[in-house]
Amino acid sequence: MKPNLLAALLCGVVFAAGLLIGGMTQPSKVVGFLDLLGDWDPSLAFVMGGALLVHTLAGRVIRRRARPILDTQFHVPSRRDLDRRLIAGAALFGIGWGLAGYCPGPALVSLAAAGPALIFVLAMLAGMGLHRLTA
Amino acid sequence: MEHFTPLASLLGGALIGLSASLLLLLQGRVAGISGILGGLLSPTPGDTGWRAMFLLGLCGTGAVAAWLWPQALLPGISRSTPTLIAAGLLVGYGTRLGSGCTSGHGVCGLSRGSPRSLIATLTFMATGIATVFAARHLGGGAR
Repeated sequence: MKPNLLAALLCGVVFAAGLLIGGMTQPSKVVGFLDLLGDWDPSLAFVMGGALLVHTLAGRVIRRRARPILDTQFHVPSRRDLDRRLIAGAALFGIGWGLAGYCPGPALVSLAAAGPALIFVLAMLAGMGLHRLTA
Repeated sequence: MEHFTPLASLLGGALIGLSASLLLLLQGRVAGISGILGGLLSPTPGDTGWRAMFLLGLCGTGAVAAWLWPQALLPGISRSTPTLIAAGLLVGYGTRLGSGCTSGHGVCGLSRGSPRSLIATLTFMATGIATVFAARHLGGGAR
């Protein structure tokens, strides 16, 4: 297998492991975090904190490089302006997230359990397709 | 706070951070799941292989979990099919419109100090919290 394909596979595996160990594949823990004024579960904040701690420090070192190891350039977004689409999109995403306790990553990891995540993912793909058609 | 799992959460988060860092170091890419998936829906030649492999790693690991550690995938909440469909549509549409999700904006964007990601993260956190609040207090209090 080409190195960059293997690398991507490995990253997907590690990412999924992180979600699973962090409990993020359980919507009850996500909703528990978003239930800020109720029976609050801070776990998600610790997941995000752990991720930010590692990725912020590592990112600073990595971004000093001229290029990544298996590609000729970095493909990191550079826009810094705020616009209505960003805010509207984030707002809508947050509502969906709060309704089901799933966001894209955990839902994809949970597909194999063939339960609510499957319905969610199919609808998510439809929503993405809808945006592509109407954008 | 009986459900709070600080150590497992930190460890899980560190692995997510590791994955994002590896993807950046090796491929120069942002580990934003909605973006990785979205790029497959609007495919560019030569750009689809790594996306498919990342998602295969994601879903494949989930399949292993379903087999060996099914408790990790238990939703813990029940949501009706119409709610799941509405949620999925909103997440799918919203993440494309807003150029990211919890991993793209919340982890990768924030780690770069991106003002766009900061605003996006605060926004989806706010509407997420408001949605759960509304569901709790307007939906008969069901969790």
